Amino acid sequence: MIQVIAFYLFATLTIAAGALTILARNPVHSVLWLIVAFFNAAGLMVLAGAEFIAMLLVIVYVGAVAVLFLFVVMMLDIDFAELRAGFVKNFPLGLLLAIVLVCELVLGIGAERAGGIQLGTPDGTAATAAGASNIEAIGALLYSKYLFLFEAAGIILLVAMIGAIVLTHRQRGGVRGQNISRQVARRPEDATVNMQPEVGKGVQL
Amino acid sequence: MIGVEHYVVVSSILFVLGVLGIFLNRKNVIIILMAIELILLSVNLNLVAFSSFLGDLTGQIFAMFVLTVAAGEAAIGLAILVIYFRGRGTIAVDDVNRMKG
Repeated sequence: MIQVIAFYLFATLTIAAGALTILARNPVHSVLWLIVAFFNAAGLMVLAGAEFIAMLLVIVYVGAVAVLFLFVVMMLDIDFAELRAGFVKNFPLGLLLAIVLVCELVLGIGAERAGGIQLGTPDGTAATAAGASNIEAIGALLYSKYLFLFEAAGIILLVAMIGAIVLTHRQRGGVRGQNISRQVARRPEDATVNMQPEVGKGVQL
Repeated sequence: MIGVEHYVVVSSILFVLGVLGIFLNRKNVIIILMAIELILLSVNLNLVAFSSFLGDLTGQIFAMFVLTVAAGEAAIGLAILVIYFRGRGTIAVDDVNRMKG
């Protein structure tokens, strides 16, 4: 019984937060509603027995992606009222598209319930081992069968990191930076000079 | 009793909300990126639900890869957004026709 209550709580909050994400006037509020949606989706995943993905969702999305969004929203000086000008104009078309999509999805779910298509049976190689926890089972599978995919995911993250840095890095003119190799290569004879000026005469530097 | 179809319904509603968000906020690229995140979240939810339903962990592994790609996409997308804003002073994307750097 408690599972049913928890499911409906999480599901309702996820959908409500998702709706508010796209409808909120202020993009900062949008980001905060997105965080709420992610938290509740993580709750749904915990209910389904996937603790690892749920925790990953909280860490990656709430901890990294949502904060990135917040930074960008707050960093850029944008007139958001002007950006919302087409909201009412786009509403009928968007709603029509959403209704069509919902009808398609309901049709698909109904067809699946009516028998579905037999696509083959699981070969059991990726079945959860009895007695193993979720994280243990995922680790065993990830570092054996999906090792190369896992490394490819690492390369994707590396490329994304380098790409983001290269895109946003800019060389600023008019700043006096420190040239360390020039400083190190400097010798006393380049910088100082011994002189014996006569009395009453200045020194020409 | 909660079955896999409940999860499928929730994730399809989230998916449709994401698509609707793209259509409603066609000018504001930040909201568009957030709507894409919502769509990817719904995909993850679907993968996890079916993985749990079939007793097959492959779905959860793939949800992890979707998460990876979503994080990379958000980083690159926001970087493009920042340089676009630097160049033009606005982020209205409904008339982007000169992405010439």
